[in-house]
Amino acid sequence: MAWEIVVGIETHAQLLTRSKIFSGAATAFGAAPNTQASAVDIALPGVLPVLNRGAVELAIRFGLAVGGPEVIRRRSVFARKNYFYPDLPKGYQISQFELPIVTGGSIQIETESGSKTVRLTRAHLEEDAGKSLHEDFHGMSGIDLNRAGTPLLEIVTEPDLRGAKEAVAYARALHSLVRWIGICDGNMQEGSFRCDANVSVRRAGDAALGTRCEIKNLNSFRFMEQAIEFEARRQIELIEDGKAVEQETRLYDPGRNETRSMRLKEDAQDYRYFPDPDLLPLVVSEQDIERIRSEMPELPGARFRRFTDQLAIAPATARVLVGDKVLSDYFEETAQGASPEVVRQAANWIAVSTNARLNDRNIGIADAPVRPRQVRQLIERVVDGTISGKIAKEIDEVMWSAGGTPDEIIEKRGLKQISDTGAIEKIVDEVLVANAKQVADYRSGKEKAFNSLVGQVMKASKGKANPAQVNDILRRRLKG
Amino acid sequence: MSLTPAQLQRIAVLARIDVAPDEMQSVAERLNRVLGLIDQLQSVDTGGIEPMAHALDATLPVRQRLRADEVTEADRHDDFQRGAPAVEQGLYLVPKVIE
Repeated sequence: MAWEIVVGIETHAQLLTRSKIFSGAATAFGAAPNTQASAVDIALPGVLPVLNRGAVELAIRFGLAVGGPEVIRRRSVFARKNYFYPDLPKGYQISQFELPIVTGGSIQIETESGSKTVRLTRAHLEEDAGKSLHEDFHGMSGIDLNRAGTPLLEIVTEPDLRGAKEAVAYARALHSLVRWIGICDGNMQEGSFRCDANVSVRRAGDAALGTRCEIKNLNSFRFMEQAIEFEARRQIELIEDGKAVEQETRLYDPGRNETRSMRLKEDAQDYRYFPDPDLLPLVVSEQDIERIRSEMPELPGARFRRFTDQLAIAPATARVLVGDKVLSDYFEETAQGASPEVVRQAANWIAVSTNARLNDRNIGIADAPVRPRQVRQLIERVVDGTISGKIAKEIDEVMWSAGGTPDEIIEKRGLKQISDTGAIEKIVDEVLVANAKQVADYRSGKEKAFNSLVGQVMKASKGKANPAQVNDILRRRLKG
Repeated sequence: MSLTPAQLQRIAVLARIDVAPDEMQSVAERLNRVLGLIDQLQSVDTGGIEPMAHALDATLPVRQRLRADEVTEADRHDDFQRGAPAVEQGLYLVPKVIE
């Protein structure tokens, strides 16, 4: 029996504001407990919320990125979501319910079977709650309200994802987008980007969705994949044993790689949402939207098309480059004023070689010691024949470890490629004399011997001989 | 509409109000009187009228005032925590809650 795994993702992205959504307290991470909790955040009697323009504008940015002006609601409403918990001192969370600021939109993801559009249900503004610490307080819980009132954008998908891999592809695409447009730092360890997954299963071909469970605590992409896979297996086994899946919230335990029940799903009306009388409807004007649109960076999709269509970069390479805005800006700076061939080769170089070095050192592109100007000069020297690709790798190694420009390194180390036919002929002749056995092997039909001779010539020239010329001259000499 | 005892119990739990068994009858009666008023309101035909989100919605061309994204609040946790029953390492202590 084939099963289909259906997933929808809810993401809480912490918006990159300096102050809280309804108060002027700071939002910096890691401050001493309760030092960033103002009278509004701790809900002293008589205080009133005043909405942060920065949070609203970042939410509009997101709407523009996923659907344009038509997905942004010109009049949205804040509502109270009522529940009791000590880290929520008001007894309600200010959120948006029936009329969220963003309705609809979509995100494009790459899956094994090609490109796919994931529809978004909504994205709404809300405040975060505080933090409860349960350990070591003589049987009591400690409450830190620094996080209370931090602005969040909750981004909800339709149940469009099929299986754990697609869910992760979506989460990664969203993660890349929110950082690209500068609305969230995406730091999952600090909780700035938190995902929950709604998972259900159904028999292949069924139209109706199965009963879903919400999985919390997915604080890495790897955990998300493992949690969804575990949860789907659990649900399939239940159904195959003739039991029913109960709608509930489950917590993922990465140590045991399993999900376990946290609470049966409270019905939506249990939160007794109602419009917050402390806040008027949020009205967004056309001028606001137009201004924010004009300040938006080029989006990854548009940049991908420009890279492939105008710069003739291979789609796979372009995809790597647009996976991260800083990396793609680095490439753009490298390509600035370069010839089309240099641009094309620089794209490959950055997507493959630069990326590998970043991974080795576990640093981001912003911290790369080799800057775009150096990469451009290096590729230019390959394209104009001054050095071979192999020497380029050597020079790159030097730049990463000791710095310097390619021209300086070529000059200082005498790495200039030998393109003088006479000089190469001399080396080839010496190599042929010293390697009589390989020459005989080649002449008796062993093509492999040729490569070995090329290698010997390159070695004798210290890698500096022009490889294409070496090939030509060797062939000619061996024929004779 | 009128509340069943089960519904009343559920509302009491959600509101964290302890309603003793001998009070259930009178609380139900009082709540049902309020619900009766709401029934009366709901009998008005509001088809075609856009719901208001705020009492000022209808009277003023109002919109939410926005503040600039600036940090304006200083750390006052010493003052705030003077009224708290128990504090340790800057944290408010509360009876243990584990969800």
